[in-house]
Amino acid sequence: MVSLLVHAVEQGFAYGIAALGVFLTYRILRFPDLTVDGSFVTGAAVASLLLIRTGIDPFSVLLIAFAAGCGAGLITGFLNTRLGITNLLAGVLTMIMLYSINLRIMGRPNLSLLRATTFVRLVSSNLPSMKGVVVVLLIGVLVLLVKLGLDAFLKTEIGFALRATGDCEEMITAHGVNTKTMKLLGLALSNGLVAVSGALVAQYSGFADVGMGIGTIVTGLAAVIIGGTLIRSARIGWMTTSVLVGSLIYRIAVSLALRYGYVIGFQASDLKLITSLLVVIALIVPYLRERRAQGVLSC
Amino acid sequence: MLTLQAVTRVFQSGADRVTAIREVDLGMKQGDFLTVIGSNGAGKSTLLNLVAGTVRPTSGRILLDGRNVSAVPAYLRARAVGRIVQNPLAGTAPTMTVAENLAIALKRKGRALRAALPRSRRNEFRERLAKLGVGLEDRMNCQASLLSGGERQALAVLMATLVSPRILLLDEHTAALDPRNAQMIMQLTHRFVEEAQLTTIMVTHNMEQAIQTGNRLIMMHAGEIIHSIGGMEKAAASVMDLVALFSGQRVVDDELLLERVAQTPFLGC
Repeated sequence: MVSLLVHAVEQGFAYGIAALGVFLTYRILRFPDLTVDGSFVTGAAVASLLLIRTGIDPFSVLLIAFAAGCGAGLITGFLNTRLGITNLLAGVLTMIMLYSINLRIMGRPNLSLLRATTFVRLVSSNLPSMKGVVVVLLIGVLVLLVKLGLDAFLKTEIGFALRATGDCEEMITAHGVNTKTMKLLGLALSNGLVAVSGALVAQYSGFADVGMGIGTIVTGLAAVIIGGTLIRSARIGWMTTSVLVGSLIYRIAVSLALRYGYVIGFQASDLKLITSLLVVIALIVPYLRERRAQGVLSC
Repeated sequence: MLTLQAVTRVFQSGADRVTAIREVDLGMKQGDFLTVIGSNGAGKSTLLNLVAGTVRPTSGRILLDGRNVSAVPAYLRARAVGRIVQNPLAGTAPTMTVAENLAIALKRKGRALRAALPRSRRNEFRERLAKLGVGLEDRMNCQASLLSGGERQALAVLMATLVSPRILLLDEHTAALDPRNAQMIMQLTHRFVEEAQLTTIMVTHNMEQAIQTGNRLIMMHAGEIIHSIGGMEKAAASVMDLVALFSGQRVVDDELLLERVAQTPFLGC
């Protein structure tokens, strides 16, 4: 039971970085970006390939994965802001493109990291006695750094411009901001974070798989929505905290469901269905509440 | 400082062509306050959109301080142009706080990775907000979406003038408010415009307001400026004169005048 929870926490943190990426596009930029299902794998693929082929250390590889993810986000941004393709379709198109690109990067559908120097291996060979604790701490510190970095960024002048772009494009244009540039920036950062998460998960689980990104958007949304329901705040620091809390809760719930779900007839393969239904419910509740209140929606 | 030369704007939707602005010439000097009236579809808002850059001219030139800005996008023109629109919801970022909104307004260009809202700036904002007289200085950490329409529009007025723009555009910015708030916003506008000697264009449906405010008045119809009055003539004008001008005839006696006012409800305020 304890090891189950420890693994859930590790996963909650590792996938939490992806959830922060989804938060950035979905909540801050109000851009439902489906690219993440592809860029998650791109991060994993790039990291795995480099770890196998080169002697690069398992932390620098995260930065390279970040850059690759940024590139993926820029493709979606380009399709949307320069070529006028709607946000959802632009994301889907990039996601499908990335499927092929990811296969190209990996050379085959699955890469094993059994013989590569991942951060998990680094820890177990240097501190074999405290492996479990150190791995959790390492991922935790990494997530904390990402969170604090994102908080700081969203409090800068450019961060304010990004937030206002999601809030009201008309207003922020009138204050001298090119909203297209802001969307490109937001999409790049978001997918960069998602790719880092993919690279981390690949190292943690010891492999990269071309299908490992399926549902990243939905699990990300689940984390954003669960967290946002529990911690309601307009402060950036609390908002990002809520996303990580949401990610933790989601992963713990998933672990428990996978372990004990068979009692009520669930199979592991039902997971994505249940997650999606959860997000559907979370999305329609505010909608129905709004409709009942007959509030007027505007900018 | 602002010159429109034979500016035309045609909107095309499928086979339909609408000329919203037709060959308009307009010149404004530093410190001018121009009011624009006209019925719906006269081209008033398109005129402001052309100046703001959210709409580009089909033909003609727009010069700002001698520079041709016809092709300059709205976000770049925003460095020189401040704007307040009719909808109070469109002038502020709803999920951001009052102080954060002001921090956005403080920068019209050159945004960087600097903290946008250091403590020192908060004190400065508190003083500026106190001058609005609507109590926003005590609600600086309140999200804009929680403010009333009047409060949001007051914030928008402060934001548009926080850094003095070369030209201020007011697009029926009191039309969505109740009379008391509308009056409050008008007073604020007057004060800020006078303090900073701002060059201003105000579109309004309210003829009374159009006469009382500013030093020049133009009347638009079907995309053209059909009347332009200024100086003494404007100061002496009445609503009746405007109605008469709009009807295209000089009013000769009171009876006819009253009749005409009654017949032209679409111009009413």
